[in-house]
Amino acid sequence: MNDLSVNLAGVRLGNPVVTASGCFGSGKEMSRFVDLQRLGAVVCKTVTLKPRLGIDPPRGAETPSGMLNAIGLQNPGVDAFVRNDLAWLADRNVKAIASIGGQSVEEYVACAEALNGAPALVAMELNLSCPNLEDRGFMFALSAERTAEVTRAVKEVASVPILPKLSPDVTNIVEIADAAAGAGADGLALINTTLGMAIDTVTFKPKLSTATGGLSGPAIKPIAVRCVFQVARALPHLPLIGMGGVRTGDDALELILAGATAVAVGTATFIDPHATEHVIQRLEEILRERNIASIDQLRGQVKIEG
Amino acid sequence: MSVATLQHEVMITGIRRCGAYKVLALAAPDMARTARPGQFVNIGLDPDTGHLLRRPFSIYRTYADEGLVEIAFDVLGPGTQWIATRPACTFLDVVGPLGTPFAEPTIDGRAVMVGGGYGASALFQLAHELRSAGRRTTLIAGAATEQRVFGIGETSDAFDEVIITTDDGSAGVRGLVTDAMTDVDGAAAVYACGPMPMLAAVAALAGSRGIACHVATEEFMACGIGVCWTCVVPVRTSDGVKMQRCCTEGPVFDGSAVEWR
Repeated sequence: MNDLSVNLAGVRLGNPVVTASGCFGSGKEMSRFVDLQRLGAVVCKTVTLKPRLGIDPPRGAETPSGMLNAIGLQNPGVDAFVRNDLAWLADRNVKAIASIGGQSVEEYVACAEALNGAPALVAMELNLSCPNLEDRGFMFALSAERTAEVTRAVKEVASVPILPKLSPDVTNIVEIADAAAGAGADGLALINTTLGMAIDTVTFKPKLSTATGGLSGPAIKPIAVRCVFQVARALPHLPLIGMGGVRTGDDALELILAGATAVAVGTATFIDPHATEHVIQRLEEILRERNIASIDQLRGQVKIEG
Repeated sequence: MSVATLQHEVMITGIRRCGAYKVLALAAPDMARTARPGQFVNIGLDPDTGHLLRRPFSIYRTYADEGLVEIAFDVLGPGTQWIATRPACTFLDVVGPLGTPFAEPTIDGRAVMVGGGYGASALFQLAHELRSAGRRTTLIAGAATEQRVFGIGETSDAFDEVIITTDDGSAGVRGLVTDAMTDVDGAAAVYACGPMPMLAAVAALAGSRGIACHVATEEFMACGIGVCWTCVVPVRTSDGVKMQRCCTEGPVFDGSAVEWR
């Protein structure tokens, strides 16, 4: 029997495949396609303390092997999320990882407090790296100090493991990861979208209403593998959720070999609503074919010569 | 949980030219039975081409007895080009039917349908169903040229009354569809599908006459199934303006509630 289960920062997941925040809602719409109980966990769309309207359309554009998006964290606010979405997931016995966002340390703390004791909740991501907030220069994940500050503050109040989600758009991601770990992060989520832009050559206008937006999909997979590899090398005991361009089980394996404990499927769900299930099936197959007892044995097993 | 009822491997039974557009016929018995006018399907491409996202299309006609669903589209880029060149008897990955359909008129009177370009295709099934229920239908179909008026040879069979407008006067009356909406008083409802500026003008005109107006909108859509939140339309609600999903709360919205921009 091949074992797909993993231990993510003290949370036992039946398999390493989770959903990427913002690509699966809170599971309700996706339950028309996917048996949610088969997933390692559902990582929900980011919520903030108060509801957010989000930005004007157009909010997306297709790019080579990827897409750009700028949603602006449209969400109903953390209280409605707990009441409607977490309760719904709990009723179906699905493990939920919330994702919280904000513009200040206080907002993250208030969000984390609002989640304390919420049903279905097994961990929370701190979205420190959404590229589409009003003041991009303020993005927490661009600064080691601010990443540490918000991580430390949330860690003090959170009742579940916390997983800051980092941006690849930094000079040295290991420095940011190290700051988060030092401030009490139980693990990390790597990576958020990378900032991109596309221009319509007929109208000369940017394809997104905000001009720039987050690039996702297979186009960014090598960046994700690189970030997970670098952070796993530097901080080998820190659990990582790897994500960025995972479409197949082999893509997921690549991130696991680079050092990820769990893997999130994001944009691939837009391409194929059943993508998460296919990734799980393929990982099962890989273990069976190669006669490997546990997926965990493959974590960080990339062979580096010398 | 009910799973896997919305994603189908369907066979292409044929692709035909219709003026400047293509009509794709799919053998999809489940969808042919359950799809409602105004709903759409989301067609998967081959992701290995580098074009990842599904392409959404309004449903043109459904034939429950034959198990057929037809969509009409314009070849506008590599995705629609790829679909247009699939051979008959090959299979497509189709998710659908999706979205909120057109609501039936709530009062007596004829239904006025306004279509821009291939947007008119989304009104044919609705006309068929309303006429079967004994209601008169008027189609006002507009486009840049005669070639771009959708289904110009089929309209007189599908609607009780047809008014064509073209920008260049190559068919019907030279002008915009709204120019032809002079005689809508007494209509039970206006239904419209086409470019967003046309929908805005139609909704404003219907609103000024106090006629219910249902618009089928189009926005860039990544998932089509309600989770990505890219395809939003600003809609006025009792709770203020909300960004509602074209794929879920839409594509059909109350034209008087859309915040046209």
